[in-house]
Amino acid sequence: MNLKKINIENKKIRDLIPQVLTVLALISVIFYFATNAQINMGNRGISFGFGFLSQEASFDIAFSLIEFDGSYSYGRAFLVGLLNTILVSVIGIFLATILGVIVGVARLSDNYLIAKTAEWYVEIFRNIPLILQIFFWYFAALRALPSPENAINFYDISYLTIKGWYIPKFVWINFDIFCYSLILAFASIFFLNRYAKKQREEFGKLLPTFTLSLAILILIPLFSFLLLGVSLSFNYPELKQLSETSYTYENGVSIIPELIALALALSMYTATFIAENVRAGVMGVSKGQKEAAASIGLNKGQILKLVVMPQALRIIIPPTTNQYLNLTKNSSLAAAIAYPDMVLVFAKTALMQTGRAIEIISITMLTYLSLSISISIFMNWYNKKMAIKEK
Amino acid sequence: MKSIKTWILVGFASLLLVACGQGGGGAGSKKSKTLDNTKKAGFVKCGVSQGLPGFSNADASGNWSGIDVDVCRAVAAAVLGDADKVKYTPLSAAERFTALTSGEIDVLARNTTWTLSRDADIGLTFVGVNFYDGQGFMVRKNSGINSVNDFKDGISACTNTGTTTELNMRDFFNSKNIKYEPIAFEKADEVVQAYDAGRCDTYTTDKSGLAAQRTKLSAPDDHKVLPETISKEPLGPVVRQGDSVWEDIVRWSLNTMIEAEEYGVNSSNASSLKESDNPAIKRLVGAEGELGAAFGLDNDWSLRIIEQVGNYGESYKKHIADTGILPNRGPNELWTKGGILYVPPAR
Repeated sequence: MNLKKINIENKKIRDLIPQVLTVLALISVIFYFATNAQINMGNRGISFGFGFLSQEASFDIAFSLIEFDGSYSYGRAFLVGLLNTILVSVIGIFLATILGVIVGVARLSDNYLIAKTAEWYVEIFRNIPLILQIFFWYFAALRALPSPENAINFYDISYLTIKGWYIPKFVWINFDIFCYSLILAFASIFFLNRYAKKQREEFGKLLPTFTLSLAILILIPLFSFLLLGVSLSFNYPELKQLSETSYTYENGVSIIPELIALALALSMYTATFIAENVRAGVMGVSKGQKEAAASIGLNKGQILKLVVMPQALRIIIPPTTNQYLNLTKNSSLAAAIAYPDMVLVFAKTALMQTGRAIEIISITMLTYLSLSISISIFMNWYNKKMAIKEK
Repeated sequence: MKSIKTWILVGFASLLLVACGQGGGGAGSKKSKTLDNTKKAGFVKCGVSQGLPGFSNADASGNWSGIDVDVCRAVAAAVLGDADKVKYTPLSAAERFTALTSGEIDVLARNTTWTLSRDADIGLTFVGVNFYDGQGFMVRKNSGINSVNDFKDGISACTNTGTTTELNMRDFFNSKNIKYEPIAFEKADEVVQAYDAGRCDTYTTDKSGLAAQRTKLSAPDDHKVLPETISKEPLGPVVRQGDSVWEDIVRWSLNTMIEAEEYGVNSSNASSLKESDNPAIKRLVGAEGELGAAFGLDNDWSLRIIEQVGNYGESYKKHIADTGILPNRGPNELWTKGGILYVPPAR
């Protein structure tokens, strides 16, 4: 840049000055608070540091995706909480999306009963505060479940009780080979789709991609079972007596009721918003598009898949991204019903045991920020992919 | 959302409040900033529980009572001359220490267990013990469980998160080599509800807490507390580290209540004992010595505590015994009567 250009009359520089000043002011405010906090913490004999993360946590967590007990560190406890947050968010997002799409489409149905039911569902569930819904599912719905000895029995395989949902435990032999076979299957499907696309674009040939993909997905892992020594057996939950009146199940896997209640509440609540997005998206595609598609001989399914949905998705994706972010952040309400998510395990229990408020709250905030930004980045990528590509 | 918000608020509040430098003078200084601020504000800032009958519990019109509350009332009587000049801040187990170190409260009287790491590591000072407790288990009577030795692998235990209870529970089950499912709630009321619903087989917390919470169950008589005590839980008031004068005021306010009971001084006879022959009693009611001057208070500070709040025995009887929580004083009896309550002499 030419030095002569740096003068106040240059519009670019004039526009830049307030922005630079704002950033500087922001940095100095943060710096002021940080230094003050440090000085005052020093005066009170409170040390600051992240060394506690490697200390022994000495509390147990009821539900964990990775191995954990009190002899592991606070850092590991944080990881357990983070994974539990991700787990409930993924389950919630998955269920909310399916339910949201179904309800959204149902609201547009010509069938009066279906449309009204969907409308009532949306109006009821989006207008009740989420925390009350969580309490409802956990305390009201849970209370209605039977105790283990009278469990709701699914063919002696799985049992639903007040203490959780007990399912068989998967016992794998050569699980890694099975994994590789799955990866191989997905890779094959990917290349098949590319080949099919090429065939369609160059020669106008339509291959039965869906059927072929399904066949690959079933056959390749099946081979791994038959030829490569992979095997799977199940440990079924068995009733165990704890005392004269109380029972539990052992040997299976327990899905704790806290997770069930939280996932249900989050997905039922968020689905209402997604349903409205879907409705808006479908209604946003002009009638002329559908008529034009019909006039060139596409059937109903093809119209929805090839004409309506690609356009509707452009309207649906951005607000739905918001809902995914909301769901993830709302999962922090878990603490109210003892689901061991990041907030309960780390920002409450670990904070309490160590007393390191500033460190732990900062880590938790940064983690939520990173989680949310990751979801945003993914959804922006998907949005771009779905956007109109002008040639 | 509420929960995250609370935590962000706590985080920011601690940053801001620490930054603003409220309360707390430098270590070893004779002047007490907390005392000055309390006099200026006209009330003692006291952190209590969110509702634990007998210790700190608010009635329908918002009046707090309990033996923890009485510690704050004693401090207010000593410092401000009126036991009612207290501002109560209900705190969850997880919030309590941050509230104290950030200066939101000046005394934490919230059934808090005195441990080494809490005392030494996070800027707190425990001033004494106002209740000797121990952790126990509650089970259903019809379960046939009569002792912790009847517990089996797979038992689920409900408790509060962020407490020493959670840690003791692990130590206990590990030492017995029992696999258990820990279900830790943030609020005591939700623990009670979940235990009541049958989510867990046992409810574990301090025995005084079990006795108090049992009253909230749908059928209190169907439950019992097992005889074993699995931990030491000395509960006592806490202050911020670094203001030794304030620390002494709170410590000796509590000690005064206990010593008053030892010498038979209570709220009704205190003023008449100014003429007593016993110098120890005369010191307690401010008729001899200049003890108050040591912390910048007048000489009637201890008399006001006894008159307005009562001695420890009166406080225990009113809040713990007469309410049916723990009629038997057990270790919380004076050392002269077979308990372990023993305080240094006020002289």
